[in-house]
Amino acid sequence: MQKAGGLVAPLLTVVLAFLISGIVILLTTGNVLDTLKTYRAIFRGSGLSWFFDVGSHSIGVPFSSAHVWFPWNTDDVASLAASNLEQTLILWVPLVLTGLAVAFAFRCGLFNIGGQGQYLAGSIAAVLIATELPRVLDLPGILLIVVTVVGAMLAGALLAGIAGFLKGTVGAHEVITTIMLNWIVIWVGSYFFGLGGPFQTKAFASVPSSEDVPDKAKLHVFWGDPALQGLHIGIFIAIPALVLYWLILNRTTLGYEVRAVGHNPDAARYGGISVGRNYFLAMAIAGTFAGLAGAIDVLGWEFRLDITLIQSSQIGFIGIAVALLGRNTAVGVGLAALLFAALDTGTSTRNLDPTIFNPELATSLSVIIQGLIILFVGADLIVLLVLRRLRRRRPRTVAA
Amino acid sequence: MSDAPAVLELKGITKRFPGVLANDAVDFDLRRGEVHALLGENGAGKSTLMNILYGLYHPDEGQILMNGQVVRMSSPGDAIARGIGMVHQHFMLIPVMTVAENIVLAVEPTRSGILLDYAAARQRVVELARAFGFAIDPEARIEDITVGQQQRVEILKALYRRADILILDEPTAVLTPQEAIELFGILRNLTREGMSIIFISHKLNEVLEIADRVTVLRRGKVVETLPAEGATEEELARLMVGREVLLQVDKGAAAPAETLLRVHNLHVRDDRGLEQVRGVSFEVRAGEIVGIAGIDGNGQTELVDAIVGLRTVETGQIELRGHDVTNESARAHYDEGVGHIPEDRQRRGLVLEFSIAENIAIHDYGKAPASRFGWLYPKRLVERARSLIREFDIRGGSPQTRASSLSGGNQQKVILAREIARDPSVLIAAQPTRGLDVGAIEFVHKRLVEERDEGRAVLLVSLELDEILSLSDRILVIFEGRIAGEYPPGTSEQELGLAMTGAAHGEQAA
Repeated sequence: MQKAGGLVAPLLTVVLAFLISGIVILLTTGNVLDTLKTYRAIFRGSGLSWFFDVGSHSIGVPFSSAHVWFPWNTDDVASLAASNLEQTLILWVPLVLTGLAVAFAFRCGLFNIGGQGQYLAGSIAAVLIATELPRVLDLPGILLIVVTVVGAMLAGALLAGIAGFLKGTVGAHEVITTIMLNWIVIWVGSYFFGLGGPFQTKAFASVPSSEDVPDKAKLHVFWGDPALQGLHIGIFIAIPALVLYWLILNRTTLGYEVRAVGHNPDAARYGGISVGRNYFLAMAIAGTFAGLAGAIDVLGWEFRLDITLIQSSQIGFIGIAVALLGRNTAVGVGLAALLFAALDTGTSTRNLDPTIFNPELATSLSVIIQGLIILFVGADLIVLLVLRRLRRRRPRTVAA
Repeated sequence: MSDAPAVLELKGITKRFPGVLANDAVDFDLRRGEVHALLGENGAGKSTLMNILYGLYHPDEGQILMNGQVVRMSSPGDAIARGIGMVHQHFMLIPVMTVAENIVLAVEPTRSGILLDYAAARQRVVELARAFGFAIDPEARIEDITVGQQQRVEILKALYRRADILILDEPTAVLTPQEAIELFGILRNLTREGMSIIFISHKLNEVLEIADRVTVLRRGKVVETLPAEGATEEELARLMVGREVLLQVDKGAAAPAETLLRVHNLHVRDDRGLEQVRGVSFEVRAGEIVGIAGIDGNGQTELVDAIVGLRTVETGQIELRGHDVTNESARAHYDEGVGHIPEDRQRRGLVLEFSIAENIAIHDYGKAPASRFGWLYPKRLVERARSLIREFDIRGGSPQTRASSLSGGNQQKVILAREIARDPSVLIAAQPTRGLDVGAIEFVHKRLVEERDEGRAVLLVSLELDEILSLSDRILVIFEGRIAGEYPPGTSEQELGLAMTGAAHGEQAA
């Protein structure tokens, strides 16, 4: 039951969202054929089409000159599909991490709206460490990256930890506190890097932006052109993060406590578990994931923060949708993040073919589909009910 | 009565759920003006049968006849239209609305088809209540009236919709003894007016008191339908469970040894800051069961919470095995040898979404062998659960089964297994048999006596006088947060009942 309800319902949710947004596209384009073409264009824009070019390609074995068979053409870095795919995957990583930030708190019964603030706290910390630390201490690149990433994770953990601490001690609702903390971070960041701010770039007095992180702190681009935002090694964080999430929850005593508190705080307290301590820890761990996302974006492709970016970023909020659609499971979050990343890239003005869909409306399309998915996730029960009717399966509990 | 015509017949009803045969060719009939009790253990198929009758489930086989005509119930709407009313165990009332509004809900009298005619609604409710001898204020809001009165509102709701067949699902489960007596008075009035009532229960004494006929279900099958007159509790229990059941607990004399739990001059406040425990002192020794009797809300809950470390002690001491543990954490109490069967097993005793194995680990998941350095070994939890499932005869699942899918009796066995397997020196059992059926009650009682004989100190807190009287070696009566007296096990119910209302001799001065 868990499996069926857990996989079929989210898929149905996505299908429903695409069907209804199809109506929007139909109204915009005026005919059914163009609607289908638009979806195909989104798919191509997302770069996922790259995977369908399966053939006898080869891949180099590291530290040797040998080549082995590989289904996809990894040498293809210049084609449109490849560069679109790079964009999708670059976005996938922070969405996985902010999705996990929301999901982990959810498993402890907390609704972490503060993924955005924690992500930004991580980004700001990363920029500050990577630009300021080299002034006092000359670290080799790899060490500077490690210090920066750890610092960003701590910043995220600290910010989220405040909300968890307040929930655990005085019972302040985490939805309220995390929203307030989001705004605090946004305005602190705007002050830091705004005109006349303490960390505004010295190079251009009229640009409200931070300094650039030094080249040695930038993450290595291993696929695509570094000058054109190729795919950086940050992608290798995503899968381990998902595995770690699953391990913490299911294979540690901490995860056991978090889940017990999330399901039933009264029973957890009865069992001798400190509920307040777990609220704090769950939020701090959630914030660590989001802070890591911030560091990876800064070191991977942003390289600097400006106040427009700080005030308009949505990564942490999309993370909420990722966690909801992914049902707070590791696999679910990974897949949902890929969907949202592909959708966002596929409908971006740059990638969607302008002859098929008006580029000015393109990004709205992404938001519409996202909104519909969240709506249907919220209407989960309805989807499940429809499923149950269709199958005439028995109700959840058989009272007798 | 016996020659009255059948208003309702269920013939050969069979209902299968995946892996379960919930109803197996069940025949059941209801005559005009009778109370027909449907008796069976949890999981025997009573609710399934009634849900079929009420149109919530569709039978795989069999038919429903009303006044000799085959009918098809495809929804509760059909059942209501045919004059069947159902009062669920959990009431379906809107707390912020008045009694009258709740009763007319969905079939409101209106003015010109749009506006609610509240005056007419109120008038009809008053007439209805008078006709059947109900005492109820139509203007009162649901949230302000007692559970017993809420139940009457549910019954009136069915009557308002012109029901002449009433299904009551475990109606006394939520009532005080006094309210149950009043309910029975109302039911007798209703049958006198020609109503027919199906009374679902697993309490033997009340079935014998109110029913004209009894149908016993066991594992989805009708065991027997018999007249209530002449039947005995022992006979019904045997039919229900399928073997002889000891309604009386078989226990030898206690052999109390050293004191394991000492409570001295304890004062405890509830969540609202009101002092609920006002200077309680007692001790429980190894090898004895001390029962605490009292009417609900006289400080029992707060007393137990304080003893197990889940509630702050204002003043006073708690000693476990001679160690002062006052205001230490719950974990510290458990480590000092307390086992605790909480009064609310679903809210507190279990994490319903957890598996049996995970629930059994709730006190010691943090210690070897369940875990080491914070790393959990789920396989070890499963192994331990498997052996406890065997030892305590927990049915309906494997170690990986979610606790929520177990029946109440088996859920309680999981808790019992967990608390006893920790080998506690003091076992605190709060309402250990609430909502359980005969077979499960017998098991719990037997086990508590065994634990006493093993040399544990057992503190039993219960609202059921029967239970207190049959298990305790000493009885303490609690009234308004104070111990109103100590009584030997042979004390009469009347005397204890008086003490529980604060009318006992002596002792009240404090």
